[in-house]
Amino acid sequence: MIEFTFWDIVRNLLLAARWTVLLSLAAFVGGGVVGMVVLFLRIAKNKWARRLASGYIALFQGTPLLMQLFLMFFGLPMLGLRIEPWTAAALGLTFFASAYLAEIWRGGVDALPRGQWDAGASLGLHYLQELRLIILPQAFSITRAPTVGFLVQLIKSTALTSIIGFEELVRTSNAINNATFEPFTVYGLVALIFFVMCFPLTQYARSLGTTGD
Amino acid sequence: MGYSLDFGWLADATGAITRGAATTVLLIAVTTLAGTFLSILGAAGRRNGPLLLKRAIGVYVEIIRNTPFLVQLFFIFFGLPSIGIRFDPLLAAMLAMTLNMAAYTTEIVGAGLDAVPRGQTEAALALGLRPRQVFVKIVLPQALKVIYPALTSQIIIMMLESAVVSQIAVRELTYEADMLQARTFRAFETYFVVTIVYLVLSMGLRRLLVSGGRRALGAGVS
Repeated sequence: MIEFTFWDIVRNLLLAARWTVLLSLAAFVGGGVVGMVVLFLRIAKNKWARRLASGYIALFQGTPLLMQLFLMFFGLPMLGLRIEPWTAAALGLTFFASAYLAEIWRGGVDALPRGQWDAGASLGLHYLQELRLIILPQAFSITRAPTVGFLVQLIKSTALTSIIGFEELVRTSNAINNATFEPFTVYGLVALIFFVMCFPLTQYARSLGTTGD
Repeated sequence: MGYSLDFGWLADATGAITRGAATTVLLIAVTTLAGTFLSILGAAGRRNGPLLLKRAIGVYVEIIRNTPFLVQLFFIFFGLPSIGIRFDPLLAAMLAMTLNMAAYTTEIVGAGLDAVPRGQTEAALALGLRPRQVFVKIVLPQALKVIYPALTSQIIIMMLESAVVSQIAVRELTYEADMLQARTFRAFETYFVVTIVYLVLSMGLRRLLVSGGRRALGAGVS
């Protein structure tokens, strides 16, 4: 049996935390890109586009993330794609994040006075120019706090990818715990590492105004 | 691509799925009651308690809000026994869910308490009510009415999050799904069906809470 000192545990957990950070960033960026598409549909003039986007958002906000990850992990191979836990985790969290981010940003778009659209139109801007130059910059700016709040939620959500076999912080901690039989120390440290990642963001979101998670 | 979907197993699985769903409902019912009660104490303590209590509640809220529920669950179920505190899975799940939800709802209830105008307390005191009566009969009902929609959302989020407690072998909906797919080798179909069940549960729960809230708290609850 391998002997683990306290520092071995800490070192291994910190190394695994890199994957948690990487996955969070990938899902946040990917979710932002897909979320923009969903947002465009959600605020489109076409009724069916809006319905489609609302349905998409309701689906992801009304089912457990763990189920979404399972469906990704077991569903994609059926389409003939060879899938690794990393791919399933990144894709699953990306779609999850896109639904939440689209909904947050839509709140921002809705909060803008009607006059902003009218003013844009009166300047001769067409729809996409209005969005790009007038509406979206303001919508993003007023939803910065809930967006950062959601990033915190996303970082915490990466823990679930351990269940579909992605080697991030929690999965590594399970393995270390099985080798050391020190669950109190191991899971305490994992909680601490997550706290160190999330707390500054929480404080930042709070400093921006209303908290958003 | 020779894969075709097969739902033939479903007929024999309805019993297990129903049992699992019932456990999920039980978990969220206990969590909602205990968590709301705890958060009322927490929010009141954070506003009127001694300094040390205020600090302790603040630390508790921040720790829970900034760590994943799964880690909290593992810490309670696997970690605490090594210092002699032992729970069976169901109890550990209820405890973890309650502690998790109370941290979020403490903030929500607190915001509701702050939203009740000071004059309400002063008027009630002037009428000769004792401070506790003022809180329970005057301030709290008004606060609950303000925060009810936020509370509803939090309860539904917690219900969805409860899928995770399958990891400590609590026999709720996700656990039953894990067992079913291990037996039928129909993983995608199994999780698909169970996802639909969760969707129905969350929509039903929202409807129930909204109509129940309207009845209990009067009009104006959305």
